[in-house]
Amino acid sequence: MSEEKKPARKIIETSKDMGRYMAEYYYELNDAAKTGKQKIAWCTSVGPTELLRAMGFLVYFPETHAAMLGTSRMATDLIPHANALGYSPEVCSYMTSDIGAYLKKTTPLSKAFPGIESIPKPDVLVFNTNQCRDVQDWFSFYAREFNVPIIGVHAHVGVKDATEPIIRDIATQIENLVEPLEKTSGNRFDMALFKETVRNSRKCSDLWKEILETAAAKPSPLTFFDAATLMGPAVVGRGTTVAVGLYEKLLAELKQKAAARDGAIENEKFRIYWDGMPVWGRLGAHSKLFSGLNANVLASTYCSSWIFTSLDPDDPFRSMAKAYTELFIVRSDDYKEQYIEEKLKIYGIDGIIYHDAKTCPNNSNCRYGLSKRIQKSTGIPTLSIDGDLCDMRLVSDEQTKTNVEAFIEQLSEMKG
Amino acid sequence: MSNSVYIGIDLGASRTKLAILDVDKNLIGHAVRHSGTDYGKTARLVLDEALQMAKADEKDIVSALSTGYGRKNVSFAATDKTEIACHGKGCFHYFPKEISIIDIGGQDNKIIKLNDKGFRLSFKMNRKCAAGTGAFLEEMSLRLSVPLEEMNALAEKAEGMVQLGSYCTVFSGTEVLENIRNGKSVADIIKGLFYSVIKRVVEMDSLTSHVVMTGGVVAHNPYLVTMAGEMLGRKILVPPFPQLTGAIGAALFSMNAEQN
Repeated sequence: MSEEKKPARKIIETSKDMGRYMAEYYYELNDAAKTGKQKIAWCTSVGPTELLRAMGFLVYFPETHAAMLGTSRMATDLIPHANALGYSPEVCSYMTSDIGAYLKKTTPLSKAFPGIESIPKPDVLVFNTNQCRDVQDWFSFYAREFNVPIIGVHAHVGVKDATEPIIRDIATQIENLVEPLEKTSGNRFDMALFKETVRNSRKCSDLWKEILETAAAKPSPLTFFDAATLMGPAVVGRGTTVAVGLYEKLLAELKQKAAARDGAIENEKFRIYWDGMPVWGRLGAHSKLFSGLNANVLASTYCSSWIFTSLDPDDPFRSMAKAYTELFIVRSDDYKEQYIEEKLKIYGIDGIIYHDAKTCPNNSNCRYGLSKRIQKSTGIPTLSIDGDLCDMRLVSDEQTKTNVEAFIEQLSEMKG
Repeated sequence: MSNSVYIGIDLGASRTKLAILDVDKNLIGHAVRHSGTDYGKTARLVLDEALQMAKADEKDIVSALSTGYGRKNVSFAATDKTEIACHGKGCFHYFPKEISIIDIGGQDNKIIKLNDKGFRLSFKMNRKCAAGTGAFLEEMSLRLSVPLEEMNALAEKAEGMVQLGSYCTVFSGTEVLENIRNGKSVADIIKGLFYSVIKRVVEMDSLTSHVVMTGGVVAHNPYLVTMAGEMLGRKILVPPFPQLTGAIGAALFSMNAEQN
């Protein structure tokens, strides 16, 4: 089938609102950084953002910036600058591309949002190692550069059940952040405000969950490639009412599409689950590759990582501890297998693709036999593709294409 | 139409292979050439050569299907399929049972598993690295100043074998230089290189009981099959034209499509 005849994925109208929201979010940060009228906390993507917002900070997420470095394909040229500073090409390419951008005094924000010249300078850096140890190293670089405090939460990993001792430990760690945050912000901790923020975060999370679950419809009104960008407010805006409003609108649109059987791609024949990080520099190319084969990558572990059903405004510290410990990435393989198997059922999946991201071992779940175990237990075929989230030197487009085409051929044979 | 023929062309990264089958699935013409840089021209040349061998004419062609990295560059093939599908089809034609196929190509390796009906159960390609591919042996032939076509005979007559441990072609090159410095014979080094190719391939995936080996590297270096058999402790099956298996599979697919 020629390139021009390949069906593309359809536009989601609310994505325009998302774009406007992200612009307002970055302009607000930029203004605060320039005027100093509001303190800025940098936070890891699944860090304690609810607490930071309740303490009066504007919150900036370097991981989102790094994803933009990936999608804009600036990352590959910037990573070597961090490598030259002693950061190995083998470590997180979010970190190395972000550090590279800082060293070269460049940012994709400038192109996306005219008038923004740089990332917003932090007043405090707050991490949660639930993503990986690299986030701490990443933030430590900036703590040295900006001479600002770095504080954080050290997560438990390989967790089968979020037990009481674990929850108590993490809750205590989060509570211990209050004092240094009061010092930096100049604001007293306000429990009522904190509870309200957790309430908004939970609403945002519940809506995001419902949004992702619209993909269970046949055909699915959503693709993973849409969700990877639509999740912006769930990452940077959780805890705010604006994010809630946006997701209410998005959910309504997707429900309407699902009811009208208006699929995200034309003629959906194969339903695919994606495990691991997106290949940010190939998001569009992969979207076209799959839709051209009538395959909809419609659900993922990655986008579901911003669902926090345990958040409870009546018990904010402990429920945050529980929610952030129940995160897929820090769980045991037993749990991960059950989790993925359940998703395969919910979404009616024909095949699974595991992205083995060279610089992101924590988010590459096919390295310890899990993919073969799931294939054995479910009979659903799997394919692992080698790549990376940001470093396109680690991506072979031709190999990916051949692998994906052969995989869809295999699924087609099975369907007869 | 007693002269009807079916064409399969495998335009690979290194070589272009074309197979012509008659209505009874007999291989009546074939050709192999370097893929070069003008895929369209190479495809045309192998077609003309193979038609001549088959004593057939272009008007006899019922259908044609392309495969391989350059599969989209073949103007006379109306449809295409991946080389994974075509190698599977070609191997199952010769060995219609549950098989694991090891294909060693110029640029990549594959392990393809088929059930006893010929349906693909799984497949795996090598990672981005060239270790275990024809490209690895080409690079080493340059390092050792031994023509590619002489490597198989040298490996066969080796009295010993050097151990090469690296994944990486560049690091393996360094290991080769170290062995030269230490006075090892070229034959022993080449045998070590062959062993390394087989090791890199068989560690890609588990194998079922019947193993088939295909690909240009195997066609030109049959000692690899002997070594693989020794390593795996079983007889390895090899189709009659291992370099043409993908092209034959493509021709079979083209025949099926036409008949359906």
